[in-house]
Amino acid sequence: MDNFFNPLSLIIYFFESIGKYFQLLIRVFKNLDFWFLYSRNIIDQMIQIGSKSLPIVIITSLFSGMVTSVQGAYQLTSSLVPKWYIGGLVGESIILELAPVITGLVMAGRVGAAIAAEIGTMRVTEQIDALETLSIDSIGYLIFPRIIAGTLMFPVLIVIADFFGIFGGWFSCVTTLDLNTYQFIKGVRAWFNPWDPFFGLIKAFFFGFSITSIACFFGFYSKNGAEGVGKATTSTVVTSCISILVLDYILAEILL
Amino acid sequence: MIEVKNIHKSFGEKQILNDVSLSLNVGDKLAVIGQSGVGKSVLLKHLNGLLKPDRGNVFVNNIKINKVKYDQLRTLRRDMSMVFQFGALLDSLTIKENVALAFYNNNKYDSKEIYEKVDYSLNLVGLPGIENLMPSEISGGMKKRVGIARAIVTNPKCILYDEPTTGLDPINTDKINQLIDKISSSKIASVFVTHEIKTVFNVANKVVMLHDGSIIFSGSPDDLRNTKDKFIKYFVSGKR
Repeated sequence: MDNFFNPLSLIIYFFESIGKYFQLLIRVFKNLDFWFLYSRNIIDQMIQIGSKSLPIVIITSLFSGMVTSVQGAYQLTSSLVPKWYIGGLVGESIILELAPVITGLVMAGRVGAAIAAEIGTMRVTEQIDALETLSIDSIGYLIFPRIIAGTLMFPVLIVIADFFGIFGGWFSCVTTLDLNTYQFIKGVRAWFNPWDPFFGLIKAFFFGFSITSIACFFGFYSKNGAEGVGKATTSTVVTSCISILVLDYILAEILL
Repeated sequence: MIEVKNIHKSFGEKQILNDVSLSLNVGDKLAVIGQSGVGKSVLLKHLNGLLKPDRGNVFVNNIKINKVKYDQLRTLRRDMSMVFQFGALLDSLTIKENVALAFYNNNKYDSKEIYEKVDYSLNLVGLPGIENLMPSEISGGMKKRVGIARAIVTNPKCILYDEPTTGLDPINTDKINQLIDKISSSKIASVFVTHEIKTVFNVANKVVMLHDGSIIFSGSPDDLRNTKDKFIKYFVSGKR
C-alpha cells in the first residue's frame, strides 16, 4: 500500500521486477541441459495449455466471427459497397487481429491465471523448496516446460481460432444476413493476403511466450500465502493483457 | 558433516538469526527448539542452502554452501533430504510419483528398481497400498509420513525435519517419533525442528534452543532436563 502512494518506490519496484523477470528468463534459456532433463514435462503442459483450451478458443473465435459479420453488415449500408465485402472484412479481421488478440486475452485469463496460481501455490506450500531439496532445478522442472509449451501451442490455437472465426462469420452471413456462401468466400479470397496468416502466427508465438513467462514469473516469486497467490494471479492477468496489446502494436508497426 | 559459523539473517528490518553457530556430525540427532517465530525453520533452511545467510557461513562436508555454484549445491543436496512441515507433496502427482521424484533425472536405477525402492519406503513409514492416491486424498499425518518416505528413499546421509509432529494427534505424533528414531542411525545425521518436548527427549541426543535469533542453550537432552535457567525450564515444562 505504501508503494501506491510513493511514486519513487513504484518506479524502483517496476524496474526491479523487470530486472528479476529477465534474470529468470536468462536462467531458463541459458541452461541447455533443460532440453534433455525436463523436456518430458513439455508434452503434459502442451495438453494443459493447448488441448484443454480448445473449447474456450472455439467459442470465443466463433462469436468473434459472428459479431464481425453482423457489425460489418450494419456499417456497410451504402449501395455502392458490394455485400460480399463482408466476407473479406471477416476474413482479414479474424486472421490479422481478432483471432490472435482475443484468443490471447482469453488465454491470459485461462492459462496465465492457472499457471500463476499453480506455481504460486507451490511456492507458498513449500513444494518448490521440496523440489530444490530433491536436487531438481525448480526453474527447469516448472517454468521451462510451460514457456516452451505455451510458445508452441499458441500458434496452433490461433490457426484453430482463425478457422472457427471465419466459420462463425460465414454462419452468421448465410443465416441472418442476405449473403450466400459463394459471396462470402469471394470476399474472403478477394481480400486475402498470403502474408497475413503468417503475421497472425508470429503474433501468436510472441503472445504465447509473453503470457506463459509472465505467469511463471509472478507465480514463482509469489509470497505471503493465499493473499500472495491471489495478487500474483491478478498481476499475471493484468500484465499479460497489457503486454498483448503492446506487442500487438509493436509487431504491427514492424511487420506490416 | 555440517558446520554453521556465526550466521546472521534478516528479512527486511526484522533480524531472524543473530550470530548462530552449531555443528553436526554423522550419528547426531539434533533437536532445534524454541518458541514460534524465533527462526528455527529459517536456521534449518540454511543447512541445505535453501536460504543464504546475510553474514557468516555454512559448511557441508567442508564446502561453503552459501558460496558454491547452483549445480554444486544440487550435487551436495543429493546426500541431504528434508521433511517439510506439511509434507510439501506435489499436488499434481500421485503418492508413488511424489516419492519417486527423489530419483528424477537419476540414471543409476531403472524404473522397476525405483518403484521397488518407493514401495519399500512407503512400507517403512507404514503406508503400503496408497501409491496411486493423490495427496489431496490422504490425511495430514499421512502426508507427513509420505514426506518422510520421500526423504529416506535415496538413503541420504543427513535428514532435516521441519516440525514433523506439529498439528498431529498424540497417536500420530508417537508414530512419527518412532519412525524418526528408527530411521536415525549411527550412519546419518538428523536435525529436527520441533515444539514437542516429548520428541526431544525420545529421539534427540543433542539439543539447541533458539530465542530472539540466538542460541541460548546447547547440550544433551539430560542437560536440558536439569537446566536451572528459568525461561528454559518454563519452555520445557510449560509451567512457571
